[in-house]
Amino acid sequence: MRLGRGRISQVAALPLLFGIPVFLIAPLMVQPYTLAQLCIFAILALSLGLVWGYGGILCFGQGAFFGLGAYAYVIFVTNMGLPWGSLVFAILFTMLISAILGMLMFYGRLSDVYLAVVTLVVTLILNRFMNSTAGPEYQIGSARLGGFNGIPGFQMLDIPWSDASFIPDSVYYFLCFILLLAAWIFCRWLLSSHFGRVMVAIRENERRVEFAGYDTRLHKTITFTIGGGLAGLAGVLYANWAAIVTPALFSLTQSAEIIIWTIVGGLGTLIGPIIGAVLLVSLRLTLGYQTIIDNYFIMGILLILVVLWFPRGIAGGFLGTRFMQGSARRGRWRTRSGRLSSAKQPSPEQGKQDAA
Amino acid sequence: MDIVIIFVIQILYSIAVLALISFGLALVFGMMRVINLAHGEFLTLGAYAAIFSVKAGINLWVAALLIAPLAVGAWSLIIERLLIRFLYGRLVYTMLATWGLSLAMAGAMTMIFGTTTEGISADLGAVAIGSYQASNYSLIVILIAIVVALIVAWILFGSASGRVARAAMENQEMTQAFGYPIKRIYMMTFVAGGMLAGLAGGMLAPTTGISPYSGGTWIAEAFITVITGGTAPVLGTLASAGVLGLVSSTVSFLFSSALGGVALLVAALILLRILPTGIASLWQRGSK
Repeated sequence: MRLGRGRISQVAALPLLFGIPVFLIAPLMVQPYTLAQLCIFAILALSLGLVWGYGGILCFGQGAFFGLGAYAYVIFVTNMGLPWGSLVFAILFTMLISAILGMLMFYGRLSDVYLAVVTLVVTLILNRFMNSTAGPEYQIGSARLGGFNGIPGFQMLDIPWSDASFIPDSVYYFLCFILLLAAWIFCRWLLSSHFGRVMVAIRENERRVEFAGYDTRLHKTITFTIGGGLAGLAGVLYANWAAIVTPALFSLTQSAEIIIWTIVGGLGTLIGPIIGAVLLVSLRLTLGYQTIIDNYFIMGILLILVVLWFPRGIAGGFLGTRFMQGSARRGRWRTRSGRLSSAKQPSPEQGKQDAA
Repeated sequence: MDIVIIFVIQILYSIAVLALISFGLALVFGMMRVINLAHGEFLTLGAYAAIFSVKAGINLWVAALLIAPLAVGAWSLIIERLLIRFLYGRLVYTMLATWGLSLAMAGAMTMIFGTTTEGISADLGAVAIGSYQASNYSLIVILIAIVVALIVAWILFGSASGRVARAAMENQEMTQAFGYPIKRIYMMTFVAGGMLAGLAGGMLAPTTGISPYSGGTWIAEAFITVITGGTAPVLGTLASAGVLGLVSSTVSFLFSSALGGVALLVAALILLRILPTGIASLWQRGSK
């Protein structure tokens, strides 16, 4: 595995070119508190955009890592203090869990629907477990898990070497924005590296990459772990933004939303998931002010329409992807014309090929 | 001794519930390799149909066994025509689109029925077993699950139309060459799955309160049962419902019902790790 091929100036130019004007203009129109939330969800969408759009791994439980990151931060910070240390530990913990889960799945050669069911089941287990931890016996160190009510009131990220015990909204927005840009640049760098090329090759044709001598299981596990770490980072930031963590982070609707942001934004692009998250969360916030139309109704209809008629999403359809992305070609795997003809023999092997 | 009988009834009941909520999904997955993630909302729709029929003065059994399946069957016909038929053979896409359908249906039901919990009661009394009691309704649910399994098995393996349906799944071109309308067979299979979902929803309506988001709790269990079962609609589903129901009700009995749910999921994970394509692969290995 060789890393590092893209030059940093090449990789960072586009995000900075986009990012700096947006960063300056956005606070004029929207409150920094809302903007921070948008940045956090954009990081979360980016994590799935990497794992699904480039790695070809459809994770139905990306919300699990989001929630794990948030809970891990709170548990670490309650026990040790040290907010920034807890941030790092929480991300490492999330990566560890996703590495274990990834090894379980990829070394077991699970694919498509079975992979979906495993990630979904893990999310559900966490959701049920966290919901049932209301009693005082569920305590990790000095952190009580609190069941359905979640954990409120923990030490927040602070500004180092200052007296402030929390970060004001405008600075927190700055922090989240910087981290979003950093995550984006990191993904672009990763995709321009040798590892990134192998990752995309696995998405295109796993068996062939294996014949070429690569350990696809290891590559997929690493991809999955990186995605988990990014989702964990988003989780930590979310915990600090919301000042409470609840089992709702592990809910199926949370995971569904991440998938919707990613596919609406555009699979096989990095800017797509970011745009998707920003647009759809803004839409949700706007819809939240009225009660006539249910938000999930809109989200559901949107997902159906995109899958049926617009599977390339916003970034894949409108904005030329060759300009937008670092190295990989467009997501060609979605243009397979496997309609009824490929369903004639509904055997498990067929399903595996469909996912390749 | 009495507690053993109660325990056995409890296990049979949880197996029956798992099997009932899974049959519709299993039929559609096993025959067409379509995963309908809106299945939970189909169940909820069936339950609502039963509840509102009973509240309108219709007999409970007519409502649960006739009106609910017909209502959901009609709804699945619409869904098949508008959505599913464009996605046959694209498993991941079907999952995504039906997940969208699931969210949209839950949202629509919230808009129509509100977030309140509706319910009906089926007060049929209970049989006394020593110093314990088992409700008659749960015994009937067990019975209905057995009857449904037998009927589905008979339709699939005993009747002429079931034979044609299985042939269509086995070799689509050949069946078409024999003059059978392949698209209509797919359509009817999906509708049959929807009717089974409606029946299950109608049967379960008296046992629990129904809200627009009830589907979410059912779909997880149904989905997991079907995937661990594999592609054999009747036997695979019964086998995995048996294993998972046994595990979850034992753990619920010994510890708490929340842990029972967790145990079900863990058992499914372990089963999938050992048999990645479901329990049915044990006896299907040679055939395909």
